Amino acid sequence: MTEPALSVRNLRVEFFGRRGKLVAIDDVSFDVAKGEILGMVGESGAGKSVTGAAIVGLIEHPGRMTRGEIRLKGDRIDHLPAAGMRKIRGKRIGMVFQDPLSSLNPLFQIGDQIVETMRAHLDISKADARRRAVKLLDEVGIPAAASRVDSYPHQLSGGMRQRVVLALVLCTEPELIIADEPTTALDVSVQAQIIALIKALAKNYGTSVMLITHDLGVVAEIADRVAVMYAGRLVEIGSVRDVLKGAKHPYSQGLVSAIPTLRQGAGALRQIPGAMPRLHAMPNGCAFHTRCQFVFERCRVERPMPVRSGDIEVACWLHGKGLGAGP
Amino acid sequence: MSEPIPGSWQRFRARLERVWDSDLTYSFRTSPIAIIAGCMTAILLVLALMAPWVAPQDAFDVAAVRLEDGFLRPLERGSTGILHLAGTDSQGRDVLSAILYGARVSLLVGFASVAFSMAMGVALGLAAGFLGGRVDAVIMRIADVQLSFPAILIALLVFGIARGFIHPSQHEQVAVYVLIISIGLSHWASYARTVRSSTLVERNKEYVQAARVMGRDNTAIMFEHVMPNVVGPVLVIATINLALAVIEEATLSFLGVGVPPTQPSLGTLIRVGQQFLFSGEWWILLFPSIALIILSLSINLLGDWLRDALNPRLK
Amino acid sequence: MIRAIAQAIAVLLAVALIAFSMFRYVGDPVANMVGAETTQQEIWELRERLGLTDPLPVQFARFVTNAAQGEFGISYRQGRRVSTLIAERLPATVELALLSALFASVFGTILGIYTAIRRHGWLSHAIMTVSLIGVSLPTFLIGIGLIYLFAVELRWLPSFGRGEVVKFGWWTTGLLTESGRKSLVLPVLTLGFFQLTLIMRLVRAQMLETFRTDYVKFSRARGLPEWRINFKHALANAMIPVVTIIGLQLGAVVAFAIITESVFQWPGLGAMFVQAVQFVDIPVMAAYLLFVGLVFVVTNLLVDLFYVVLDPRLRSDRTTTK
Repeated sequence: MTEPALSVRNLRVEFFGRRGKLVAIDDVSFDVAKGEILGMVGESGAGKSVTGAAIVGLIEHPGRMTRGEIRLKGDRIDHLPAAGMRKIRGKRIGMVFQDPLSSLNPLFQIGDQIVETMRAHLDISKADARRRAVKLLDEVGIPAAASRVDSYPHQLSGGMRQRVVLALVLCTEPELIIADEPTTALDVSVQAQIIALIKALAKNYGTSVMLITHDLGVVAEIADRVAVMYAGRLVEIGSVRDVLKGAKHPYSQGLVSAIPTLRQGAGALRQIPGAMPRLHAMPNGCAFHTRCQFVFERCRVERPMPVRSGDIEVACWLHGKGLGAGP
Repeated sequence: MSEPIPGSWQRFRARLERVWDSDLTYSFRTSPIAIIAGCMTAILLVLALMAPWVAPQDAFDVAAVRLEDGFLRPLERGSTGILHLAGTDSQGRDVLSAILYGARVSLLVGFASVAFSMAMGVALGLAAGFLGGRVDAVIMRIADVQLSFPAILIALLVFGIARGFIHPSQHEQVAVYVLIISIGLSHWASYARTVRSSTLVERNKEYVQAARVMGRDNTAIMFEHVMPNVVGPVLVIATINLALAVIEEATLSFLGVGVPPTQPSLGTLIRVGQQFLFSGEWWILLFPSIALIILSLSINLLGDWLRDALNPRLK
Repeated sequence: MIRAIAQAIAVLLAVALIAFSMFRYVGDPVANMVGAETTQQEIWELRERLGLTDPLPVQFARFVTNAAQGEFGISYRQGRRVSTLIAERLPATVELALLSALFASVFGTILGIYTAIRRHGWLSHAIMTVSLIGVSLPTFLIGIGLIYLFAVELRWLPSFGRGEVVKFGWWTTGLLTESGRKSLVLPVLTLGFFQLTLIMRLVRAQMLETFRTDYVKFSRARGLPEWRINFKHALANAMIPVVTIIGLQLGAVVAFAIITESVFQWPGLGAMFVQAVQFVDIPVMAAYLLFVGLVFVVTNLLVDLFYVVLDPRLRSDRTTTK
């Protein structure tokens, strides 16, 4: 087995505020294999974006990664000093944010921004960089790239800008791309194009992708595996097919059945009753137990860690070999 | 509910607790600067208001002053038996008393002009926001233009024009009132702007429309619903405004177009003191300056803290 | 663009209206010019000659055309032509204002950038505290303080006046003589201090604001070097509002010069205005008012123009492609 592109072990991120310490990510571990697309889903506030930020070292005060190991192709990157991390960021790990318009500096031309990224990481001349920039813009599907390279961000539409962002991320040929809600701010018609583009580019460049989103539909489209986050904890992880067809964690089941399908008919959509607990008011034991229809005594007391159950890893007392699973 | 309904004392205590725990008070308690500034302002306020009782000498009473006591150094005793902690000026006036009375004048003018600005600004802002249309456009136009001119210029202008209307013999008597109005007029615009935008926001809310439907008239709605929401920002503006007004008054008096010489404020004292810069009677200039510095600094710091504390974005 | 010019003219006319009203209604110009023995008939003839019996709009039009040519009549107090008075004093104020604005802009920007980048350092905190104190202090106190330090104690610089000036046609400048330059230092520092603290805080606030934007976040995610993020991405975006504010401030500077000129007995327009207010010298007040209005309006227009040049978003027509 080759080294996974990304390996996260026992990640813990805490925020230190006036009211004390908040644990945003609580002991989360997962891998992303080379060339694989891992979807990370969960509702707002579940900790998906924080995980992405932690990987690239962009957690800001008053938050901090307090425990855990992050390895990129076997190299440990969580304890690097600022200068070392800066070399990783952009070069080996690329990050795509949600709103493409605000990701680009409105005062500078898009070609300029691509060239500066390349020259920050690679030893390349301005002329060569510019040529590659044009090629990249072409690859991401911007028509008339050679003339568009001198446009300003506001002259392009939302979908175009997200393509430019993808070009910016790919220009250094990184090993991993973390995409945080890359399509949420776009029109539905454009969304499909962009996700397809991400999949195609990842395949071409052999890049692994960690796709953070709350939209299971997107995950179903292009991801290979999916991880479900809840209240800063990882509750289920497995191949997309396995999870969507046979999710084992009650929360994941709820998520999957909440997706409206054409087959359903005009009945009401299924909801999961209640709301995700706030970080400063976390229940004991399993974070989901207050909303779970299968809850029993152990759930209220002990927190379940992910264990193997079939082809999926799930953190629930209902599943797993031995360990006294089940009520 | 099996709990007894809380009595009024418990409710009051609960409210106090809420205030104590609130973000604002917490912010005050934890900011040493705010506490110091607040205390300084309070002390100065009390001292200045109580000047007639606290000061060793009535600085405005010409009869109490003896020329032979002129230019006494600090900590010397004069012929009237008073220990002049801050020395005396060329007329024999006790500088410390002059400072206290001067601070009193400055603060009075300051507060009065703030009250004037606030009343005018809030009223116009409410009118503009609520009545809309032409009234709104006209008021806001004037406010915009005025905001782009420095306050001092406006105050000077109003003062000058007012003087033209008033017969010279009356000048001294009404100077203070004219001053208050001039400074007040130079600051109303910021209140108006803020209040107007709050009014616009509230006006469109459902409960206001409901009140309208129920037949309540505009003024009542404005006061009941809009006022509570604008209190916060208006308070911030008022504090900053107070500091500005005090400085403006000091500046105008320094320039010689403020309070009449018979009721000197801190600005006038400094103006007089500047003459003695080279000749060595440093105390005539130094002490009033320090007093003014402490006064404006405290109010400013308080206003700054208040603005930061009430700013939702920084939370 | 046309609209901006039209608005500017409208504002000027409004200011002129105020100035004109001052002339007509405040005090009686005729009363200043006649003695106790003048008969009613002579007074009436005087009024007619001065054009005071014409209908108001005509008087206003005449006022405006006169003003446009710089003709404001005679100063009540000094008996000289107002335009001469202005011409004499204009260079002093202009030199002072421009130099102080330059001083404030340059140092304010540098300090602002520093305190934004090294946000938590002790030097930044010290600078911010000093600036806070500086903003709270009235300008005249700062002037006096500087005089005390540099003129009384150290005796390096003069405490009043312009020193020797060199004449060019009707313009005078103090920059070409040593005493002139020395005399400029303290007033420029005083007038510039307030602006400097303002600009510094503005630059700092804008920089901090840009640090929080998505494109700066994205630049960090791209791994760009810190200096590049600070000086290219953040600074460029931060400076746009700052530049416009510096421009808008210019009008206020001319007005604030009033105080500085009083402290240093600087023979400029500000000092002239204060005297005019003291003696209710209407023609001078009106002239000054119009002058300040003109400065405001012109600087506003220039800033609007400049803004378009700086921000590409306002420049090009929006061509979008899907």
